Amino acid sequence: MDFSITEEQRQLVETARKFTRERIIPVAQKLDEHGTFPIDICKEGWELGLMNVEIPSEYGGLGLSCLDHVLMMEEINYGCAGIGTTLAGNNLACMPLLLGGSEEQKRHYLGMLTEAPIFAAYACSEPDAGSDVAGMRTTVRKVGDEYVMTGQKRWITNGGYASWYSVFGRIGDPKDRHKGVTCFVVPRDLAGVSVGKKEDKLGQRASNTTDVLFEEVKLTRKNLVGGEGEGFKIAMKTFDRSRPWIAAGATGIMRRALDESRRYALERKAFGQPIAQFQAIQFMLAEMAMKYEATRLLMLKAAWSIGEGRIDAIESSYAKAFGADSAMAVATDAVQIFGGYGYTKEYPVEKLMRDAKLLQIYEGTSQIQRMVIARNLLAQGA
Amino acid sequence: MQIDLSEEQRLLRDTCREFADKELRPNAKKWDREHRFPAEAVKKLFELGLGGVAVPSEWGGAGMDNVSYALAIEEISRGCASTGVTLSVNNSLYCDPIAKYGTDGQKESFLTPYARGEKLGCFGLTEPQAGSDAAEQRTTAVRKGDSYLINGTKNWITNGPVADAIVLFTMTDLSKGTKGITCFVVETKTPGFVRQKADEKLGICASPSCTIFFENMEVPISQRLGQEGDGFKIAMSTLDGGRIGIGAQAIGIGRAAFEEARDYSKIRKTFDIPIFQHQAIQFMLADMATALDAARLLVLRAAWLKDQGKRHTRESSMAKLFASEAANRVADKAVQIHGGMGYSKELDVERHFRDARITEIYEGTSEIQRLVISNLLLK
Repeated sequence: MDFSITEEQRQLVETARKFTRERIIPVAQKLDEHGTFPIDICKEGWELGLMNVEIPSEYGGLGLSCLDHVLMMEEINYGCAGIGTTLAGNNLACMPLLLGGSEEQKRHYLGMLTEAPIFAAYACSEPDAGSDVAGMRTTVRKVGDEYVMTGQKRWITNGGYASWYSVFGRIGDPKDRHKGVTCFVVPRDLAGVSVGKKEDKLGQRASNTTDVLFEEVKLTRKNLVGGEGEGFKIAMKTFDRSRPWIAAGATGIMRRALDESRRYALERKAFGQPIAQFQAIQFMLAEMAMKYEATRLLMLKAAWSIGEGRIDAIESSYAKAFGADSAMAVATDAVQIFGGYGYTKEYPVEKLMRDAKLLQIYEGTSQIQRMVIARNLLAQGA
Repeated sequence: MQIDLSEEQRLLRDTCREFADKELRPNAKKWDREHRFPAEAVKKLFELGLGGVAVPSEWGGAGMDNVSYALAIEEISRGCASTGVTLSVNNSLYCDPIAKYGTDGQKESFLTPYARGEKLGCFGLTEPQAGSDAAEQRTTAVRKGDSYLINGTKNWITNGPVADAIVLFTMTDLSKGTKGITCFVVETKTPGFVRQKADEKLGICASPSCTIFFENMEVPISQRLGQEGDGFKIAMSTLDGGRIGIGAQAIGIGRAAFEEARDYSKIRKTFDIPIFQHQAIQFMLADMATALDAARLLVLRAAWLKDQGKRHTRESSMAKLFASEAANRVADKAVQIHGGMGYSKELDVERHFRDARITEIYEGTSEIQRLVISNLLLK
């Protein structure tokens, strides 16, 4: 057993922390207020190696592990979860290709991202199919050797900026549920691909979230990722690998909430003494710290298992569900410690609370995580 | 990072698990009901080297690490929480401070036989008026030539009714508060060591505890652990380790409750389907498993830090606090999943529910853990 991180990991954390302090924190509030996409920050982050980190080196990426990635992501999310989500988006888009793509697809599409600071997006959810992935309605018609895709995707992170999408659509009858789901890599410039409305969100407002529309888009076998009907499996395997990232978002938000709350509690006076002297406040801080530490350990364990090739869906779901629910509770408590000031935009904690809420929803809601956990648990035991 | 067990750690865990399945689980209900100390089972565990898991082998211990110790306590407690705390007290609260602060002479007499499991130790800090506020000690030790005369009362002393020796905290200077606390190690057969009848408790009924009176008990200076005034430091650093044991005990109790609830949910039917097919039940089980996994990581991290010789006060408090609260929630939900059967003495879950409760109280209440954590945060 060894809970320490390597010297390389420590340096990666230090780089991300410095970038967060100098480039993210000063602008986060303004980007949030106007819902501005952090394009300059992404370009700099790309230069520094904070994007595309899990793309293997043979495709021009950094080839870092999930563990390296979550350590880095905690730092970025300390500054702004919206920017954290934006920077991580490419990794999510790439995962289906890494899991099921051909050598040619990987060279071409992953290479695009490592050659220039551009974006790709993962497109799975639809207006009427979120948690129920197998209920998707995007259809793919086979015409000879070709495919024709029609459908509407929603909640697509970086949707408006992506140069290509990993898209899930259905071949065959909707009654076949997950069996027909198939993954395609779709360049943005193909005829029939368009970006729909941009969401105006409660939190993570710097993150670009849009509809993406596919109208009679002609695709070939070169666009097919994995085999026909393998999409559902690819989507689920992607989630097993991406959920620790959401736990990293949670640790970043919680550590920020804790730091801000501690500082405020030591300064702010009530009844003639700093509020840090009141046990009611002390115990909230203790609770916040404990939730942060427990989330971090679940995240590290899940990420470590992935790196060891011993991936376990239950561990990723433990980290994601516990982390997201904890971040929501911790950010809410931070607002409480700040009182009226916490409710204003003058201090950063109201943003933490808004940003945290999304963690309980995207990449599988907290309810979906519990379904995954329960299903795995009930396969064990007598 | 390496979140994996070594071969040696896995072997110890599996040995303890097997022992718990064979020797503890089938008997724990009976011991609980009869308030009987499982002397035979404890003896067998001591023969397996569990008297001093992390005590160096030169002093009779197994010479393993604290991660191993935590794994062992979890497994034993899954079988019987009372047996778990009996071992935890001997390892963490009795052997550990002597190994850390004792002279070679003290170790020879008071550590080796206990780490070998030939004898059993206990720990005397709490008093009727001094629980969470350990500085309120009123047991006094007055220097008289080459010995001390000790008078006072300790209560809730786990292992007290059956122990052979006690690590005992006294005041050598009442005016100095925590700086006046001095620690001794004393055999329980010493004249003036007077046990009261065993406590009647809500849970861990097979773990005997009692009040002890000290009536002009004479203890030679050679049995003083550290210097006069070192007692508070010794007590606090000992509890840093003890909390790892209680965290592990809590996980063991929680796991026992969880496993029974999981298995029951597959057998029991309502509305024509096994209750595990209801999401209401699935989600309870999911939360229980998540909490136990997070708790185990906190406990193992604290144990690992202790093995690295690093300060782990905050991490031990977090582990103990989180694990004990998780165990209570998990045991409560396990009763709920069992419904009426969970409330019945016919099954084990009601015992887990009662046993879990103590983990939020002893070795520092949940409130004390929060004080420790927040005080360190605000520094």
